[in-house]
Amino acid sequence: MRLSRRTFLTGAFAAAGVSVGPWVPKTLAQGGPLKIGLVLPYSGVYQVLGESITQGMELVFAREGNKVAGRDVVMIKEDDEMQPPVGIRKTEKLIESDKVDILTGPVHSGILMGMRDKVHNSKTILIVSNAGADAISRERCSKWIFRTSFSNWQPNQPMGGWVAKNVSKEVFITAPNYQAGKDQLNAFKETFVPAGGKLIGEEYPKLGETDYAPLLTKIRQSGAKAVYAFFSGTDAVNFVKQYDQFGLKGQVKLTGAGFLTEPDVLPAQAKAALGIITGHFYTPQLDNPVNKKFVSDFKAKFGGKTPDGFACQGNDTAEVIVRAVKAVNGNTQDKEKLVAALEKVQFESPRGYFSFDPKTHNVIQPYIYVREVKEVAGGLDNVPIDRVAKVADPGTGCTLPA
Amino acid sequence: MPVSDLLAQALNGLSYGVLLFLLSVGLTLIFGMLDVVNLAHGSFYMLGAYAGLATVAATGNFWLALLAAPLAVGVIGAAMERAVLRPLYRRPPLDQVLLTFGFIYVFEDVVKSIWGGTIRTIAPPDLFAGSVRIFGGAFPSYRLFVIGFGLVMAVVLWLVIERTRLGAVIRAGVYDAEMTAGMGIDIQRVFTGVFAAGAALGGLSGVIAGPIQSAQPPMGAAILIPALIVVVVGGLGSLKGSLVGSLLIGQAEVWGKVWLPNVSMAMIYFVMAAVVLLRPQGLFGRPLK
Repeated sequence: MRLSRRTFLTGAFAAAGVSVGPWVPKTLAQGGPLKIGLVLPYSGVYQVLGESITQGMELVFAREGNKVAGRDVVMIKEDDEMQPPVGIRKTEKLIESDKVDILTGPVHSGILMGMRDKVHNSKTILIVSNAGADAISRERCSKWIFRTSFSNWQPNQPMGGWVAKNVSKEVFITAPNYQAGKDQLNAFKETFVPAGGKLIGEEYPKLGETDYAPLLTKIRQSGAKAVYAFFSGTDAVNFVKQYDQFGLKGQVKLTGAGFLTEPDVLPAQAKAALGIITGHFYTPQLDNPVNKKFVSDFKAKFGGKTPDGFACQGNDTAEVIVRAVKAVNGNTQDKEKLVAALEKVQFESPRGYFSFDPKTHNVIQPYIYVREVKEVAGGLDNVPIDRVAKVADPGTGCTLPA
Repeated sequence: MPVSDLLAQALNGLSYGVLLFLLSVGLTLIFGMLDVVNLAHGSFYMLGAYAGLATVAATGNFWLALLAAPLAVGVIGAAMERAVLRPLYRRPPLDQVLLTFGFIYVFEDVVKSIWGGTIRTIAPPDLFAGSVRIFGGAFPSYRLFVIGFGLVMAVVLWLVIERTRLGAVIRAGVYDAEMTAGMGIDIQRVFTGVFAAGAALGGLSGVIAGPIQSAQPPMGAAILIPALIVVVVGGLGSLKGSLVGSLLIGQAEVWGKVWLPNVSMAMIYFVMAAVVLLRPQGLFGRPLK
């Protein structure tokens, strides 16, 4: 059938009328869609993270029938390509031309730091769903910014003391050469050194390294008894695989931040990952009813995919939005009230009882779980073996409301 | 540092260098013959890795993958040369660069739509799954195999180019394509063949790298820079340059990581800058006209 210009125009106007017609004055647009902007990587190496976070959010919104306080939920997804200039441009677009009610994302800490002033100055509410830059809970905190994921400090700080006590006091530490890598290892050192730990070596290979042979040879030659590492994505796969291939696995215990063995990398690492001990705020193996339901609902909706920590972050981000927007009866125009509602949000999350720290707007981790990679039904997974309760970022230098 | 420690690191450099050689030799071959800077060479590497993954998944045989993947990628390369590259030979080089650059994204999206974006790896063949003790520590036997395989490949390629009629035709084409055509040689077919061979070599390196590194669609774009650096250092279009350049960059990379870990990223660029300043045509390149 050929589409005549008239039918096309009629259709277009009808479609426009269904959403919010331009003739509806802005103040009456309250019943219009609840626009949620997502600045996440949907291409490149980190797209799997963006997908997991998005799916976690979709699960919650689907449960709510894609409606919150009578308003239709519209997710506007923007690919930040893991590049700060792109992420910042997309942020501007979401704030200025889409006029989103709430902004979420990003994965990259550099993008978050670049977004910070745009968000702060325009009083846009941002719920950080991954990027862990410590500064956002510290000297660069903002009244308008909340974080459901973690600060880089959080999963690492409890591990320092734990490793010194339970694994070894002679440890080689390593992470990629960028801000998050250094943040994470510094947090580890905070409790490792006071517990009597000795740093045998400390090294920062480049982000996206493909050959860790020189580093692994150095680790062997250093005589360290254990390694504490932060790597994620392909770096984590390459590091763990090569660690095994160079025969270090049986001799030098590998420990690290949770990202080292998250489900996005574990299948590719396969048996090379067995026995690795990591600290993280989540694992699908958690034995609590909310998590069991989350895992089975997530698997049912996304073709049998097991949720990872990123999916849990997405889930909690959407949960926070739903609860806060309901608390203000869908009125997102009064931002002061919305911020107050966000501060009060508390609920049972798959990771434990979720709440924000009013001092920093960062999540208080109900637990940091110490997990070991073991064989379970259906493959390998991170099995919790110990936990540290109530881990809140120190928030040094943050004075809210700022 | 004890001598055995130094030797262990030198061996790491050799293994990395040989991998770089396998990665870059197809690129240098295509450039030398066709004067095309094929930015999609990294994509051939990625396609090879995925074709290898598919073969291993279907047959469980790594050696079959080592044969099937380069063939498949070679066919793709031949099709690409015939369909889209040939009409561009008479256009300025920038057009070819843009075209092959575009193909990086095309191939990446095709692979993503077939296999998804998750990270995968190829298991090493059983024969080389373990490790051997060298210089006081374990060294993966697969890496020893890669070193041997790469050096044999270098000799085979050298023999083909220097000692066969086909090689003579290729070398003639490198010096003067028009004159070669004038001698009654179907230069178009030679072009297609060389492009396919370069693509197949790229695919081969993807399978070889599979057990060492991980495979993900963006991997092709990531290895392009090191491969280009090797070609620039070794000399555009020179097989010998590609080998020497790779081994040099391999050692530079490793010793950078050993002694100056915080600036190791810049190490290979220092080497490239030094070579370009002292010998703009590269170590074994023809002098610039």
